[in-house]
Amino acid sequence: MELLIALAIGTLTGCGVWLALRAHTFPVVLGLTLLSYAVNLFLFATGRLVVGRPPVIAAGAAYTDPLPQALVLTAIVIGFAMTAFVIMLALRARAELGNDHVDGKNE
Amino acid sequence: MNLPLAVLTPFLGAALAAWLARRGRAPAAWGAGGVAALALAWLAPLLPAAFAGETAIQRLAWIPVVGLDLAFRLDGLGLLFALMILGIGLLVILYAHYYLSAQDSLGRLYAYLLLFMGSMLGVVLSENLIQLLIFWELTSLSSFLLIAYWRKREAARRGARMALAITGAGGLALLGGFVLLGEIVGSYELSVVLASGDLIRAHPLYGATLALVLLGAFTKSAQFPFHFWLPHAMAAPTPVSAYLHSATMVKAGVFLLARLFPALSGTPEWTFWVGGAGLATLIVGAVIALFKHDLKGLLAYSTISHLGLVTALFGIGTPLAAVAGVFHIINHATFKAGLFMAAGIIDHECGTRDMRRINGLWKYMPHTAVLAMVAAAAMAGVPLFNGFLSKEMFFAEAVTAGGQLRFGGWLPAAVTFAGVFAVAYSLRFIHDVFFNGEPIDLPKTPHEPPRWMKVPVEILVALCLLVGILPAQTVEPLLAVAAGAVLQGPLPAHDLALWHGVNPALWMSVIALVGGVLVYLGRRPLYALHDHLAGRLDARVIYEHLLEGALGFARRLVAALDTGSLQRQAGVLIVAVLVLGAAGMLGADAALTGTRPVQSIDGVSLLAAAALVAATLAATRLHRRRFTALTIVGAVGLIVALAFVKFSAPDLALTQLAVEVVTIVLLLLALYFLPQESPAESPKSRRWRDGAIALLAGGGAAAISWAVLTRPTNSIAGWFLENSVPGGGGTNVVNVILVDFRGFDTFGEITVLAIAALGIYALLENLRLPGPARDGEGRPWDADIHPLILATFARLLLPLALLVSAFIFLRGHNLPGGGFIAGLITAIALIMQYLANGAAWTQARLPARTHPWIAAGLVVALATGLASWLYGRPFLTSAFGHPTLPLLGELPLASAMAFDLGVYLVVVGATLLILINLGLAHNASHHDPTPKSPLRSDLPSRGEETLGAALRVSREDPR
Repeated sequence: MELLIALAIGTLTGCGVWLALRAHTFPVVLGLTLLSYAVNLFLFATGRLVVGRPPVIAAGAAYTDPLPQALVLTAIVIGFAMTAFVIMLALRARAELGNDHVDGKNE
Repeated sequence: MNLPLAVLTPFLGAALAAWLARRGRAPAAWGAGGVAALALAWLAPLLPAAFAGETAIQRLAWIPVVGLDLAFRLDGLGLLFALMILGIGLLVILYAHYYLSAQDSLGRLYAYLLLFMGSMLGVVLSENLIQLLIFWELTSLSSFLLIAYWRKREAARRGARMALAITGAGGLALLGGFVLLGEIVGSYELSVVLASGDLIRAHPLYGATLALVLLGAFTKSAQFPFHFWLPHAMAAPTPVSAYLHSATMVKAGVFLLARLFPALSGTPEWTFWVGGAGLATLIVGAVIALFKHDLKGLLAYSTISHLGLVTALFGIGTPLAAVAGVFHIINHATFKAGLFMAAGIIDHECGTRDMRRINGLWKYMPHTAVLAMVAAAAMAGVPLFNGFLSKEMFFAEAVTAGGQLRFGGWLPAAVTFAGVFAVAYSLRFIHDVFFNGEPIDLPKTPHEPPRWMKVPVEILVALCLLVGILPAQTVEPLLAVAAGAVLQGPLPAHDLALWHGVNPALWMSVIALVGGVLVYLGRRPLYALHDHLAGRLDARVIYEHLLEGALGFARRLVAALDTGSLQRQAGVLIVAVLVLGAAGMLGADAALTGTRPVQSIDGVSLLAAAALVAATLAATRLHRRRFTALTIVGAVGLIVALAFVKFSAPDLALTQLAVEVVTIVLLLLALYFLPQESPAESPKSRRWRDGAIALLAGGGAAAISWAVLTRPTNSIAGWFLENSVPGGGGTNVVNVILVDFRGFDTFGEITVLAIAALGIYALLENLRLPGPARDGEGRPWDADIHPLILATFARLLLPLALLVSAFIFLRGHNLPGGGFIAGLITAIALIMQYLANGAAWTQARLPARTHPWIAAGLVVALATGLASWLYGRPFLTSAFGHPTLPLLGELPLASAMAFDLGVYLVVVGATLLILINLGLAHNASHHDPTPKSPLRSDLPSRGEETLGAALRVSREDPR
């Protein structure tokens, strides 16, 4: 199971990095989205992979680590805000500069 | 707590004065004067004790963990300076009311002036060195604002920048000096530092400490060779010059020398550097002052010279010299403030400050002339005026010290030389301006200024005379207590009297007076010589050369590092991370795989993981077809949500699911405005290079994840699990952490969310982007904008969706859910209405602006946190209970729920603000998407249906 998650994080990171290095804004935003999936999964995984023990207190239950979950929950929402900000920047740049190259110039 | 209040009052009063200025000039002046008087009133109860020589220390806890208190101290030295700052400040406020023309904003001047007053009071009343430094920097900043008051003038901006650069750099050095002092003594409290003089002087770091502290003091007090900023600061309005360059700003440096006198003085290094700098400044300032044709320029160099005199006295270092230094601080403040104000009156009445044109004013303004002449005589050191007394003490000390120091024999000659020039430039000020023929080509005919404009000058001149004639009866008590605080010990025998008999000091005074008259008579050949030399010996040239060099270096460095290419910057960043990560991984001598047993893989998980990997690779492979890639990324996000479900994180799964929907809708909307395809990227080598970087990054991330996952964990989870119910009153530990244990973090996070939403709103304002009129295949858009079934179902679903959202919110403290998730669900339900029914229909039923929701959310969250203060608990302490209500039964209630409500409101407000405004951005730029048909003419016309249209362009993209 651990291997699957490690591979998933690796794939998401690699593809995210590759897309983030592209020259046009939209693929970069997609890349950042993939990277944020990877980072969220990794942070979450620092609590280790525990099946079927959600951190909701009940009689006689065992629980997984709640702290990374709290951390990642806000990270997901902030990640959305940042994605939104970057894509709006891209729109604004297109409006002001007339192209969607990340450096604001057509090659 | 009168001392902190006295310091705080001008800061608060600055806003008051600016506000009062809207009601006219007189209310502004009364307000500003009232603030200064109030600050004085706070000090009044402490004055008797201070005059008795006691030191009052008042402290407020600031950062107790690192031993920092807000500590204030009132002793004799602080008392003297506080009286000067507030007293002369009051006079300047009165004077400025008449000086500034109607076009200039009096409120702004008073606000800056009061800010400066507060900062200066903070400097002289601080007990803690770090706190003193903060106020010190505040004086630099507020004086920058004051000097640049006429901000449209280039000279004002340049002068302000130069003053800030020099005094700011000095402040940096001073910080270093204070930190070293703190390290040596083990405390930043002045009381401790002043009592540890022997320890400091014997310490190996004494030299470095002294150098850094002196750099701070010398730059502030315009000591040679840092003196050149002061004449350029004369671009400020004259009331500002009268305040900053007589009693306050430039006196901060000599104040520091006086303040730290017991701690740092008494070594050969001190005498050499402080005495040497003071002497050089004294002579340079006095000589240059004579050659300035600008009235204020003359006064500026005279100020530099007198500051040098005070510094030289402290440099001599004997107790008697220190007494003389304090005395001259008082005298210089009174006559120089009066002189600046007189110069301002002359400038005001003549329209120029050029002494080659201002002549013979005696006929036009005899009253002002008398006042200016008395003050100038005090500046020259003529008997019966206060400047004479302290200058003679200085001469006497020079003779005494000259006999003890190596090369000291030159000292009396050098100071007499400076005295000669002081008399000469004072004489020029009197003779050139008030006599010497008729005015030449003045813009207006001068006459006496308004009555009250002269009052401040009269008060100051009266002080000059009183102190000059009856020193023992007037200034002695203040001088004694201030000098006692400087020395931190018994006062030496000193005699404040006009006549000390015939002694060397008297002869030096006589030589200075006679020599000064002679120099002035022979001034014309000297002017010619000066014009010949001028510009060759100017520290400003060196300063500007250095500044230009530093700026050029910075520009070249930035140009070399930043080529303006995001791809390159991102590449450098990622490679740097890879190198550091690899160094950490390979450097540690540990196996990649840890000891934690690995869990077996089940078929569903394998399938999901394979789907995730395949989808991610597909999205990357197909990224140039943007719509397709975006759809696949959405699928990846859903699989991530599944992973959260599998591994015991229901809250995360819900959040991820909701965010995924919002993100994809948002990106679809944005894609409408962008090209539907990315062009192929040119160099193949770049793709290979990026591919290699990506492979390494992915491999590294996978390796680290594997290493983490296979190692046992020992976290602080246990504490949260144990305390969730007893401490937070909820069984959903994740939610309790968010709204209770780590509530302050969450508060910060919703603030970030709010700021991001507002930033996006600003970015979208006036956005003009043409959307495509047709889809990628060249077909016009579908005419059926809002399919009936979708519209109907969306309306029916709205109450249900809101109900679900309320349910998720209410159960959040005990079961998966909470403000974040409920907020996202509400936002999606409302966005659905926009998509299905159109903006016009929805906006008729919903407020268009959701800014108030965000504000309300932040206020609710903040108020919940503040409420705990009412019960004497720390910020955001939560309370909870389980009241039983009829019909509803037991109801779990926690104050954290109110906090969660704030979170909910911010999330809803921010999400809607972002998405709705992007949708509405179409209005401004959209081509009419629908060919008009008679059937549809009843519908709102172009532009308003844009969210649906925006979606459709993507949906119909055939590739």
